[in-house]
Amino acid sequence: MSIALPPVAPRRSLVVRRSTHSPALTLVGALVLVILLTIAPWIVPAQFATTLTNFFILVIMATMWNLLAGYAGMVSIGQQAFVGLGAYATLYFALKGVNPFVTIPLSALVCAILAVPITYLLFRLRGGYFSIATWVVSDTALLIIGTIALLGGGTGRSVPGLQNLSPSETAHFSYLATWFVALIVVTGTYILLRSRMGLVLASIRDNEVAARSAGVNVRAARRTIFIVAAAGCGAAGAVLAISQPFVQPSNEFNLQWAAEMLFVSMIGGLGTIEGPIIGSIIFFALQQTLQQQGVWYLIIVGALAVAIALWLPRGLWGAFRARFHTELLPVGHWVDQLGDDD
Amino acid sequence: MIWLNIVIQGALVGGFYALFACGLSLMFGVLKVINLAHGDMAVVAGYAAVFLAPRLHLPELWSFLVVVPVFALVGYVVQRTLIQKSIDRDPFTTLLVTFGLSVVIENLLLEVYSANGQTVNIGSLIGRSWHPASIIYVSYVSLGVLAAAVLVLLALQLFLSKSGLGRMIRAVADDQEAAQLSGANYRHIFGIAAAIAFATVALAGIAYGMMTQFAPTSGGVNLLFAFEVVVIGGIGSLWGTLVGGIALGIAQQFGAHINLSYQILAGNILFLLVLAVRPQGLFGRKNAVS
Repeated sequence: MSIALPPVAPRRSLVVRRSTHSPALTLVGALVLVILLTIAPWIVPAQFATTLTNFFILVIMATMWNLLAGYAGMVSIGQQAFVGLGAYATLYFALKGVNPFVTIPLSALVCAILAVPITYLLFRLRGGYFSIATWVVSDTALLIIGTIALLGGGTGRSVPGLQNLSPSETAHFSYLATWFVALIVVTGTYILLRSRMGLVLASIRDNEVAARSAGVNVRAARRTIFIVAAAGCGAAGAVLAISQPFVQPSNEFNLQWAAEMLFVSMIGGLGTIEGPIIGSIIFFALQQTLQQQGVWYLIIVGALAVAIALWLPRGLWGAFRARFHTELLPVGHWVDQLGDDD
Repeated sequence: MIWLNIVIQGALVGGFYALFACGLSLMFGVLKVINLAHGDMAVVAGYAAVFLAPRLHLPELWSFLVVVPVFALVGYVVQRTLIQKSIDRDPFTTLLVTFGLSVVIENLLLEVYSANGQTVNIGSLIGRSWHPASIIYVSYVSLGVLAAAVLVLLALQLFLSKSGLGRMIRAVADDQEAAQLSGANYRHIFGIAAAIAFATVALAGIAYGMMTQFAPTSGGVNLLFAFEVVVIGGIGSLWGTLVGGIALGIAQQFGAHINLSYQILAGNILFLLVLAVRPQGLFGRKNAVS
């Protein structure tokens, strides 16, 4: 393939920026938000703290799903495997006497380790077959966990080690744990995407064959992302187990987790860091408004996600960003020309 | 004798799995689309047989005479609208759209018909069976479904290899652009393929309702089985689908024989084993796997 070089342009200096506005503005805004969300359980009603916990659990999962699908092109409908495995790892460690809050990083690590052999099986399949295979893996994990009597079998078991905390203390601490995990996951994703890995993923997304020919190890990059997403979903499962504090195979391995991750990422905007967060806000707003009407919120969110996939594939945030040329958490590069006249 | 019974029962249920899976296989083979709502479509067909057929004063046993053609029509329309639109974007979008549809359908059914189990009422036929030896009972319904699966696969095979339209479908499946240059309207051909796939899925859904209870959530687990069948048998091979179905059925019966809770697990393990050892499946071609 020959590449037509453009005629040599007059000498101009190029300036590469990473953001459209002053990064200091984002930083100050982020700091204020971090402080507000950290003290939130003491200033909002207790019941709302639980809602916020569930909200951040969804943010963690959706951010991980978006990393998988939006950046690395892997549509997993089996991420609930790692949510469940993370929750059960927490239960296991807590049964062995470890403080449940300390188990969160351990559970994430367990999921990351389990993800490695799983990728060797799953990566044999492509596209949709990969997707359903992730579901088979999740179903298999559910069935195996359900046979282990120590972990409560099919009926489940409550997480020990939280009994000396009052219910409101449990709610506060599990909120804080969830919020910090969400903060780490979102910040970590941001840093990851601004690193070399971000460039590698962008090159794969734009043209896999070209990326490969330029020396990108596509499979290794995908494997890394799959392991990272497994760890993140494992951490989400761990905080889910603590906040409940009861684990049951049919709840932790529920396909609905995958549906929620997928819907909020699509609605907010696949392939943007802000998208899953915005999608989660919309999802929770709908769920809270329609919670008296059974599962209608899920039907509406699902239909909305389908419509957005067809007519607004970059999602709400993607459309907003394209219209107003603004980004809150920029991971790309902007190139400007300076000094056109010399 | 116990082992013979496991093989016979496995083969019988395997016939159903093959019937269920052939629509999935066809959609992937021709349209390169994995329809994640495949299982839920079958459940919708089951509900149609239970709730709509009596309104037409049709016995539920014969409801497929109406439901199957209606599903074929729906398949054509859904393909020309929603699915074609997502194919035009990219394969990635087809997954998102069909998964979204799957969740929407399942929850709509839950809202409308509740989570209660339903069966397609076929009267006293349900209890009848052929009893050739001491512990072996061959249910007439399961035998009928196995026969239907073999007939459908045979008809599909003949249609695809002998008829003009079938040749056109294969041409589009092999090389869409070349077929289009030779005058084939690939969107119409896609619609026809989807119509056939939907018709088989309706038949499978009604057969399922005759064999056992179904509920709005039955779609997901059946999609898993259908998918396992396609991978075990080999992606893109119709007869592989039948063999894969029977293999999965026998594996599940074998698991259930050891412990009832190992039934599905045994099938999943067979699937993962095939994936590890022979990812192209028993009868598959190499090109479906990376």
